[in-house]
Amino acid sequence: MASTSLVRFDRVTVRFDNNVALANLTWDLREGDTCVILGAAGSGKTVLLKTALGLIHPDEGSVALFGQDTRGVAESAMRELRARIGILFQEGGLFDSLTVEDNVGYPLENQKSLLCPPDQVRPRVEEALRFVELGHTLEKFPSELSGGMRRRVGIARAIVTQPKLLLYDSPTAGLDPITANNIMTLVAKERDIRGTTTALATHRFQDGHLLANYRYNASKGKLEPGETGTRFLVLNDGQIAFEGSQDELEASRDAYVSKFAKPLKD
Amino acid sequence: MLDFLKGPLLNLQIFVGLTLRALANIFRAPHYWNDISLQMDLIGVGSVPLVLLTGLFTGAVITLQMSRALNQYGAASQVGQIVSITLVRELGPVLTAILVAGRNSSGMASELGSMKVTEQIDAMRALGTDPVQKLVTPRLIATAVMLPLLVIVSDFMGLVGGYIVGCVVLNLTTGTQFWTTAYRALDYSDVAQGLLKPFVFAMVLSLVGCHYGMNASGGTQGVGRATTQAVVVSCVWIIVLTYFIGTFFIDLN
Ligand SMILES: Nc1ncnc2c1ncn2[C@@H]1O[C@H](COP(=O)(O)OP(=O)(O)O)[C@@H](O)[C@H]1O
Ligand SMILES: [Mg+2]
Repeated sequence: MASTSLVRFDRVTVRFDNNVALANLTWDLREGDTCVILGAAGSGKTVLLKTALGLIHPDEGSVALFGQDTRGVAESAMRELRARIGILFQEGGLFDSLTVEDNVGYPLENQKSLLCPPDQVRPRVEEALRFVELGHTLEKFPSELSGGMRRRVGIARAIVTQPKLLLYDSPTAGLDPITANNIMTLVAKERDIRGTTTALATHRFQDGHLLANYRYNASKGKLEPGETGTRFLVLNDGQIAFEGSQDELEASRDAYVSKFAKPLKD
Repeated sequence: MLDFLKGPLLNLQIFVGLTLRALANIFRAPHYWNDISLQMDLIGVGSVPLVLLTGLFTGAVITLQMSRALNQYGAASQVGQIVSITLVRELGPVLTAILVAGRNSSGMASELGSMKVTEQIDAMRALGTDPVQKLVTPRLIATAVMLPLLVIVSDFMGLVGGYIVGCVVLNLTTGTQFWTTAYRALDYSDVAQGLLKPFVFAMVLSLVGCHYGMNASGGTQGVGRATTQAVVVSCVWIIVLTYFIGTFFIDLN
């Protein structure tokens, strides 16, 4: 049975003034996929994910979410579609004025289509925070947390609605290697426990390598080597410079693409 | 050739779009009452000390500067009238609005601007809320309610300042005469003008502040730029609009 398409870009172009952020880009993300989007800073990773979510509208081409063309769909209807997608923003996007508990509970309380009963909010927030190993921080404000903890709260907020699709925008940017590894373990854990379709933007090969070659073993509570069928996309100035498996990525001769096929020094 | 107009026109188009959406949201659920009352407290109650002080000295200074001219014409007893007309029609609304623009338009631009550059606005949209409904409409409602009230406070304090300088310090006239002429000088159209102005200025300064905040880009530097622009643009609009509203009321009479 062919899996269904969750996000499909058809020749999408996004411009800011005269600057082309995405150029004629075609991309398909199917149910169960893991897709790692690699690219240098400014190559269009963030714009790609925000366009997928309908936060940025394409100037040309079309985006379909869950098989539904989003052209001409009203913002209120887009919010319903977005309720089925979780996102971790590069800058975290946590609300400074709200506690961790209210941040994580925000989508449950505001996304009407989720129909979350009020008495279910607190238990689900606690569960999501336990998942990211931050069960004790409910009353804190984001400004009181470290960078790594803020990312984990962001992940908790993204997964609390149990979305079918999760988008992670540079979850390890600006973190030390050990914290980065912990964050990536959480990404793999979410994918492998709940089977969430995952798209992850990053400039670090290590992140993609971890997602592609390890699976989370729930009974042992840790990662172990395993097949994942992860696909890689390399962006260069808003264009797809490469698309394929890890083996194909490593075999690439292109100077830009091959930069992302080996570990960087952090 | 008209390239230099493209930027401002695009900006105006975005601003008009925001204005229409913010106004439409007033009549649409959900209403974030908590945010509205929080903003009312911040804008209204928070500005009271400032308005008391500046109102008092505005009235005092008008009386002081007018006293010589009035004495020359032997019209010193009319000082209450002069103070009340200039304050209620013009200086109360304009000075209060400019103070609130400096305090709150800038606050809105920097708060919303920081939210924009740290992707909190995107997060709102991603998590099921309309940022215009959640952020802009409450600020618009709160300012539109509070600014006219602040202007009333400011006008009253101005009269008190005028009374102190006119009757106590300079002894131009008696207290009774001051308050009677001040009261008699005003007719309905003065009061209408004096309350319509702050209402319009409130819409302008809150929407301009929110507009520059929501469209901030380029990190913390962009937030600083948005804040400055919000204050400058709101103040310019306040001064331009007070002229046109004034013309309208003069034509009416
Ligand atoms: N809001 C915006 N306004 C103007 N230009 C933008 C905006 N967002 C992104 N860009 C531009 O689009 C390009 C891609 O940016 P982005 O997707 O953020 O890159 P990255 O791969 O680092 O996430 C960059 O050239 C950036 O300057
Ligand atoms: Mg980015």
